[in-house]
Amino acid sequence: MQTLPSLPHYLIRNAEQYADRVAMRHKDLGIWREWTWASVCNEVQCFALGLKELGVKPGDKVAIIGANRPKLYWSFSAIQSIGAIPVPMYSDAVADEMVYVLEHAGVRFAICQDQEQVDKVLSVQQQLPHLKKLLYDESRGLRDYDQDMIIAIDQVQQLGLQALGRDSNQAVQWRMGIDKLISDDLCVMLYTSGTTGRPKGVMLSHNNLIITSINANAFDNLDVHEETIAYLPLAWVGDHVFSYGQSLTAGYCVCCPESLDTITADRREIAPTYFFAPPRVFETLLTTITVAMEDASRIKRAMFDHFIAVAKTHGESILNGDPVPLWSRLHYAIGDLCVYGPLKNRLGMSKVRVAYTAGEAIGPDIFRFYRSLGINLKQLYGQTEASVYITAQPDGQIDADTVGTPSPDVELRIDDNGEVLYRSPGVFLGYYQNDEATASTKTPDGWVYTGDAGFIDDKGHLRIIDRAKDVGKLNHGGLFPPKYIENKLKFFPTIKEVVAFGDQRDFVTAFINIDLTAVSNWAERNNIIYGSYQELADHPLVYDMIEQHIKQVNIDLASEPRVAGACIRRFLVLHKELDADDGELTRTQKVRRKFINERYEPLIDALYSDKDSQYVSTTVVFEDGRSGTIDATVSIRTLDETPTLKMAS
Amino acid sequence: MSTVGFTEKLLSADNVSLSFGGVKAITDISFDIMKGEVRAIIGPNGAGKTSMLNVINGFYHPQEGVITFRGKTRRRMKPYQAAASGIARTFQNVALFKGMSTLDNIMSGRSLKMHRGFIWQVLHIGPARNEEIRHRRRVEEIIDFLEIAHIRKQPVGKLPYGLQKRVELGRAMAMEPELLLLDEPMAGMNLEEKEDMSRFIIDLNTEFGTTIALIEHDMGVVMDLADRVVVLDYGKKIADGTPDAIQSSQEVIDAYLGVAH
Repeated sequence: MQTLPSLPHYLIRNAEQYADRVAMRHKDLGIWREWTWASVCNEVQCFALGLKELGVKPGDKVAIIGANRPKLYWSFSAIQSIGAIPVPMYSDAVADEMVYVLEHAGVRFAICQDQEQVDKVLSVQQQLPHLKKLLYDESRGLRDYDQDMIIAIDQVQQLGLQALGRDSNQAVQWRMGIDKLISDDLCVMLYTSGTTGRPKGVMLSHNNLIITSINANAFDNLDVHEETIAYLPLAWVGDHVFSYGQSLTAGYCVCCPESLDTITADRREIAPTYFFAPPRVFETLLTTITVAMEDASRIKRAMFDHFIAVAKTHGESILNGDPVPLWSRLHYAIGDLCVYGPLKNRLGMSKVRVAYTAGEAIGPDIFRFYRSLGINLKQLYGQTEASVYITAQPDGQIDADTVGTPSPDVELRIDDNGEVLYRSPGVFLGYYQNDEATASTKTPDGWVYTGDAGFIDDKGHLRIIDRAKDVGKLNHGGLFPPKYIENKLKFFPTIKEVVAFGDQRDFVTAFINIDLTAVSNWAERNNIIYGSYQELADHPLVYDMIEQHIKQVNIDLASEPRVAGACIRRFLVLHKELDADDGELTRTQKVRRKFINERYEPLIDALYSDKDSQYVSTTVVFEDGRSGTIDATVSIRTLDETPTLKMAS
Repeated sequence: MSTVGFTEKLLSADNVSLSFGGVKAITDISFDIMKGEVRAIIGPNGAGKTSMLNVINGFYHPQEGVITFRGKTRRRMKPYQAAASGIARTFQNVALFKGMSTLDNIMSGRSLKMHRGFIWQVLHIGPARNEEIRHRRRVEEIIDFLEIAHIRKQPVGKLPYGLQKRVELGRAMAMEPELLLLDEPMAGMNLEEKEDMSRFIIDLNTEFGTTIALIEHDMGVVMDLADRVVVLDYGKKIADGTPDAIQSSQEVIDAYLGVAH
């Protein structure tokens, strides 16, 4: 297949080929505004020329900090078109976390969404000798700032336009500059979220993104007619590929929501055809549906229950194209008319052709629920280092426990110790200024260690068990896969987060975080009165409920020979929600085990003693950076009988 | 008294007294509000703060004294006249239309600015439609400003308290007032909500140049936001000046902490 050398080339191609097709939408002041490919190309050109006027040179690193807004997406193309490198960053990171990336990448310019981001960067300006200027999208609150240091994106585009007015040759030169880009050039630097240690700058080339994007589009037959909604962090490789790489190569439309809070309503208005969401989103949506149905009238509830049961039996078979009796098809069609259709409309999924979930394991029940409604939800497995795609589930070959077969052009193998390795055209160039890490991740012949333990099942599908280095051993020799256990518990809607302990211990214990939405609703229904999160978390009836869940999981675990020894014997419900601002989770909401081990040492020690409660005082950081403490006495519950004992004896 | 940066007097109250039967709510109070400033009115419970606001926006009529707003002196004025002349307010206990959506509530703040009559509005054609579009745009800007886009279409009665307060501020903003009276805008809010609200008040003052008079009990907020503070106690003015001056005034400390009589 003939590919173009760089992503800006695709922008130019789209501006010619799909000039009048809508490339981007953004809801602003309650109205969806749209830009065609031709106008996007125009905006990008002005932006690029303006950046040049500001002094951006080829090879410069330009940070992009903010939410999914058209101008920030254009900035990717603008920066790339003049040979500079965009470095998107997580906008919810605090200044201290940002400074590392800004400094490590040697960022010369930063494009910020608003005052909040400008403030953060300015607060660490002293530590950033390379930083020349900040650009901003939203001017609110920035009027009294030192205008030598900051400039509005609009002004930059104006500069570009003026340059063009002075010398119309600039446009030709801009195109010529793009033509000089080579497919193996560095295209973007994406910093990993740093589940372990410092973030690393993953360098991806134009070819990495182009070939992976084209392959992914072909795999799911995505073309210029797709619509997708961009709401995941710009710094995350998934968004970069779904909302930028794949959109440019296929020419499809990307819609930017009004704000993160309005995403559900915005999605409903747009009705995307291609949609990605982490399992968390699907879980939350299902919780909302369940809660809403509990409040619905009896007739509606009966109808819902009846047709959801029908969907459960036949929905997936119909979606997979398996043979289904005519009568059942008819029954399902009526259900579609009465329940599934309106429900999908509510969820903004009426037109979804392909939906993906990845990043974490999704609960089988949740996964099947969406599929049974006729939504083609699939799983994929990917990494920043692979430009996302390693494996994905082909249509019709869906299993909640697997992550699918290798994506096009991807080779897969399993190491002796169970670690998954892959080789593909999407494999990254290396970590920025970190040859040591590059060498330990990527072999000279291009294989990359994923760090995940897994195996390929008899149908050729990959199954992931856990992070390779997280899989521990219990003292009696049994395997301890923490995430595997945690995920099983997290599938209960009332449990938001779990941290399991057991490596080099006699038995497994766990911290539980309750899901406030689900549990408060449950509490309301059970006449439980509480004043705060802390009080609710410590309620004996909540403990009873969680205990029931754990018992179920224990039975489940005990039935699998590989993990039979890892049943949970003692647990506690944490007095506060684990939070990325406190360093307990990464920005992608993954548990930071080492940090939690240190922070909550007294609680862990108590779990492995015979105490039935433990006092703990925790420092918390508020959104503005100030800190306070939460004091609590956390109850500890022991499960009377664990199936483990039976298995071990 | 420092009025640095503020030169134009927007409102002044001169020797205002108000009593209900035998109860003297306000006794001989005089103070002024400069254009563009944030003016705080503080004092212990029952000091007459809300009564003062009610006098300013014409809800109560003082027995003695006059109010001068934008150079016009008046003794009796109806609240709607005050509203039309550019005074908007929010209430201590949220007073929204609970069954209506956020959007409609804020839109109702525009009704004074709507010129087309009832019939036009009902027909919803031509000029009336254009007028509504124009007002809707302004309302959307307020929604964007207050970051309440996600509750645009929700009935306000179901919203949490902090958000209701924000919607109420939005409705007052919709009047594009010259002077905005806020009666305990942060009452009952948690720290985060208070910070958000403070942010909105500052931006409203600096970006839109709206003059603000607010009653607030959270001294941290008052000291951070206000340019000048007037302190009332038992219906009398006991201090008036910059936050720093107020904090060190012995009379204020006595009023708040109490002294042995």
